[in-house]
This record gives sequence, structure tokens and C-alpha cells, in this order.
Amino acid sequence: MNQWQNFSKGFFKENAVFVMLLGMCPTLAVTSSAINGLGMGLATTFVLVMSNLSISLIKDLVPGKVRIPTFIVVIASFVTVVDLVMAGYAPALHEQLGIFIPLIVVNCVVLGRAEAFASKNTVYSSVIDGAGMGLGFAMALTLLGAVRELLGNLSLFGFKFIDADGILVFILAPGAFIALGFMIALVNRITKKA
Amino acid sequence: MEYILIIIGTVLVSNIVLANFLGICPFLGVSGKISTAAGMGGAVLFVMTIATIVTWLIQNYILNPFDLGFLQTISFILVIAALVQVVEIILKKVSPPLYQALGVFLPLITTNCAILGVALLVIQRDYNLISGTVYAVGNSLGFLLALVLFAGIREHLELMDVPKGMRGMPIALVVAGILALAFSGFANLVAF
Repeated sequence: MNQWQNFSKGFFKENAVFVMLLGMCPTLAVTSSAINGLGMGLATTFVLVMSNLSISLIKDLVPGKVRIPTFIVVIASFVTVVDLVMAGYAPALHEQLGIFIPLIVVNCVVLGRAEAFASKNTVYSSVIDGAGMGLGFAMALTLLGAVRELLGNLSLFGFKFIDADGILVFILAPGAFIALGFMIALVNRITKKA
Repeated sequence: MEYILIIIGTVLVSNIVLANFLGICPFLGVSGKISTAAGMGGAVLFVMTIATIVTWLIQNYILNPFDLGFLQTISFILVIAALVQVVEIILKKVSPPLYQALGVFLPLITTNCAILGVALLVIQRDYNLISGTVYAVGNSLGFLLALVLFAGIREHLELMDVPKGMRGMPIALVVAGILALAFSGFANLVAF
């Protein structure tokens, strides 16, 4: 597999949200607007790239039995970095995403890539893999956020098209489940799985 | 009275899965049958309560006095991971029947964001130890309720003629959405 395939698989073939159904909690929780989805996606991308980088560097030093706790500590360190940086430089977004920033630690996408990819591959391809998976995740969250914002508030990235009320339910919790359900069905249809 | 309100608030008004989106992975993953759903719910009830008490003690007696708030994420997740292991070992020794029932679900719980989420929320909401524990129990009961209800619906869904493209996860998500819609009817039951 060349590096381009390694990068692009995160967007379509192995997209974390639409195909592998990983990281569902942040996907559903923070996508009430496109900008929140993008912010969460980029925060996760940073953690993914940095944890993949560190784990592929230390993979030969870590004994097999304690590898999962070690990975979790590495991931938690970078999550703390993201948490503090966001609190300092993007307080409004930090407030919106709230508890889901520290919860990146238990996002299965991050630990999944550490275990399935970074612990077996070279530093360079691990970073590429992390970037592809992370940006694919960010793309999915932004798309879902855009759909929900468009239907629920008739706006996109905070820019209001029509001065009217949308279908409020899409901004609220039930709309997250319904919108994601239909989007996964659409992706299945496009990829001819269904 | 305060505690009853917390329980009603966490189970019905602000359900952990359907309103707060915590613990979605087990909610979608182990909801195929009512019996496994109940097992998972029981295991979460057990671990979430203990984890919340332990993390509350750590926050208030270690992190706060020594001004180590930035270590919150790392210390909580490590404690929860270790705790799950300890609970598993103790349960195996003390109560084999309970271990039989909950055993397979325990390792899955470490990566259940509901546990860490509730531990963090209790700190955020400034609860004292008793209210925090009640909050954790309420949330795990809410998780159990949502999971069992959802599993019940999915068992029936198996027999339904679902359009081809919607089979599997898409229809499950739409059903979860409708369930969440039903729960939003409790929205103004108590101020929470």
C-alpha cells in the first residue's frame, strides 16, 4: 500500500464514522452545528497524529502486557494538551464541546489506530495514517454538523440563509440519531454495499 | 427529596444515553438481546458507582489540595482502568454467580465513555460525595433503562421488513432517535 492510499483510506474506505462506526459519542453529541463538528474533528486529528507518532516511536520499548495502559497514558497526555490549549485560545468552542474534550481519551478511533496500526508500523506511515483517519473523522463530523445545522437552523457555519425557523428537532438530541442513521444509509447506498 | 429529584432527572429528564450521548458504543453494540443488555447495564451500574466514588475522593483529597487539576484526565482514566481489573478479580473470588453474569462485560467497560463522563460531570457539577454517588446510580439506571428498551425494540426489528439500504445500523439509529424523541417528552418534569 502506498502512502496516498494509506492517507485516503480514512476518508472513504475505512471512514471511522460512516463505515467503521467508531467514535459515536462525540459524533452524535457535538454535531449540532458544522463549526462544532469541525472543531471536535480537528482536536481528535491532533490527538490521533501525535499519539500515533509517539506510539510508533516507543513500540519496541513497551512490553506487550502493559501496552494498552501505556497507550492510554500517551493518549491522555495529548488530550490534556488539547484541553488546555483550547481553553486558552478558543474558550467559546471549549465551552461548547465541554466534557467531550477530555472524553477524546476513550474515543475508540484513537485507541483503535494505536493498537491496530501505530504499534505495528513505521513512524512515517503511522503519522500519515493518523492524519488520514483524523481528517476523515473531521470530515464526517463536519458533514453531519452541516446537515443538522442546515435542517435545524437553516444556516451553515453560523451563516443564516433564510430568516425563518428550521426543524428544531435536528438540533436537539433525537435529530442526531436520525440524521446519522440516514447518512449511513446513504453512504451504504453509494458504496453499493446495500 | 434532593436525591429523588437527582434520580428522576438522570433517568428520565436528562437520560445519559439519549440526551447526553454518553455510552453510545455499548448502547449500539450490545443491544441485540434483552438479556445481554441487562447484563451490561448491571455491570455499568456496579462500576460507575464505584468509579465515581473513587474519582471523587481523588479529586478532592489528592488533585485539589496539591493543585494538580491538569492531571485530572490522565489520573481518572488510569484509575478507572485499574478499578475495572480489581472489580473483576474481587468479583471472581467473592461472588462467582455475579461474575458469571457480568464477567464478559467488565473488560468492555474501560472504554465506555459513560464511566469517565459521569466521573467528570460529578466534579463539574460540584456535588458532594453522597449527591455524586446518587447521580452515578441514577445515570447507570438511566443507561440500563435505555439499553433494555432499545434491545426490546431491536428484537422486534429483526422480524420486520426493513428497506434494504436501512438494514442494520441505519434503522437502529433512527429507532434510537425516536426513542430519544419519546424521552424528550419528560423534559420539564423536574428542573435539572
